[in-house]
Amino acid sequence: MTETEVWDALKEVTDPEIPTVSVVDMGMVNRVKVSDGTVEVEMLPTFVGCPALDLIRKQVEQRLLKGGIVREVQVTFLFDPPWTSDRITDEGKQKLKQFGIAPPVEGPAEPPPCPYCGQAGADVINLFGPTACRVIYYCKRCHQPFEGMKKV
Amino acid sequence: MKMEQDTRITDGQKFETALKYWLACLADDELTLGHRDSEWLGLCPDIEGDVAFSSIAQDEVGHAVFYFDLLHQLGEGDPDRLAFSRDQHLRRNAILLERPNGDWAYSILRHYFYDLFDDLRLQSMESSSYAPLRQGTQKIRREEYYHLLHMKTLFSRLGSAGGQARERMEEALLKVWPDLGDLFDFGPYEKELLEFGIISLSGSEVRRRWEEQVRDALLSIGFEWPGEIPSSSRSGRRGEHSSDLQPLLDTLCEVYAIDSNARW
Repeated sequence: MTETEVWDALKEVTDPEIPTVSVVDMGMVNRVKVSDGTVEVEMLPTFVGCPALDLIRKQVEQRLLKGGIVREVQVTFLFDPPWTSDRITDEGKQKLKQFGIAPPVEGPAEPPPCPYCGQAGADVINLFGPTACRVIYYCKRCHQPFEGMKKV
Repeated sequence: MKMEQDTRITDGQKFETALKYWLACLADDELTLGHRDSEWLGLCPDIEGDVAFSSIAQDEVGHAVFYFDLLHQLGEGDPDRLAFSRDQHLRRNAILLERPNGDWAYSILRHYFYDLFDDLRLQSMESSSYAPLRQGTQKIRREEYYHLLHMKTLFSRLGSAGGQARERMEEALLKVWPDLGDLFDFGPYEKELLEFGIISLSGSEVRRRWEEQVRDALLSIGFEWPGEIPSSSRSGRRGEHSSDLQPLLDTLCEVYAIDSNARW
C-alpha cells in the first residue's frame, strides 16, 4: 500500500458518532507512514476524553489490514498538534451539514447558520449535546432545533 | 501517546517525584468532580442541565484518564488501578470537590469557582517544561472553556433571580468558602514544580488572580465578598480528607472492587 492508498482507505473509516463523515474529513489523521508492510497512522483526538477513540483505532486497523497487503498497523493518538475544529475539511463541513450538524463557523464564537434553512442568528439551547463536541441550537426561522460542532 | 524526551527528567528523582505528585492532584481533582457531576444525571432541574452535566462529567473523567495515563507512562500502575483501587489517604483531590452535590445552587457555585481555578492552573502549565503536560493542557483548556461559559451563565442566572434562588446561592457561598484554602494548596512540592518549570504560577498567585475574578463575578450579581478565605485545617492534597470522600469512593469503585481483574 502506498501512502496515498492509505489516505484513500482511511476515507472509508467514519466517525462512529457521525457515520457520514470520515476521520480524514474530520481532520483527525495527522500523518501516515508506510514502510515494509507496516503502516503507522498518527491521529488527533477531537476531545481528550472522547470515548470513541478505541473504536476508531480498531476500525482503522481493520480497514488497513483488509486484503492482506498490510502486515501491521500502528495507530497512535497525539495532542501535538492539537486537533481543532479548523481541521475539518470543506468536504467534511458539507457532509456534517447533510447529516444535520452545523459545522463551526470561522471568526468569533457565534451560532452557525441553520443547516436546514441557512438562517443565521440561532438561539443557543444548550452548550452541550448528545456528544461532548456538540452544541444544541434552535432556528427561529424554520423552528427546528439543530446540532452544531463546537468550535475548539 | 508520543512523549518528548525532556533532558531534565534524567536530572533526577526530584523532578519525577514532584511531577508525579502534581499529576495525581490534577487527576484526582478531575475524577472526583467528574464523579459528582455524573451523580446529577436524571436529577437536574431541566433536561438541558442533565445533558450538560453528563457531557461535563465525561470531559472531566476523560481529563483524569489523560493525567493517569501520564502517571502510568512514568511507571505508576495502570489508569484503572490508580482510579479505582487507591485508599483515600493516597487521594490528592481538594476537599471541596469531594463534598456531596447538595442543592443545585451549591453544585453550580462550586463548579464555577473550580472552573475558574482550573483555568488559571491550566494556564500555569501552558508553557510547562514537561512536554506531554504542555500539549495536553493546551487541548484541555479549549474544552474547559465551555464548562466555564456554562457555569458562568448559570451562576449569573441564579444569582440575579432573587427569591429562593438568591437565598440558596448565598447559603452555597458560605458553604464553599471554608473549603477554598485547601483548593489553592499546591502540595508539598510546589517549590520544585516552579523551579523545574512544570508550572509557572504558584498557588498563592493563582489564588490572587482567582480572587480578582471572583470579586468581579460576585459584584456582578450584587453579592458581597465574604471576607478572607480561611486557611484550611486539613489538606486534601496530602491525603487528609473529610468524611465525605469514603462514601464517594465506595460508589465510584464498587463495580471495580467486585473483580479487579475482570476484563471489560
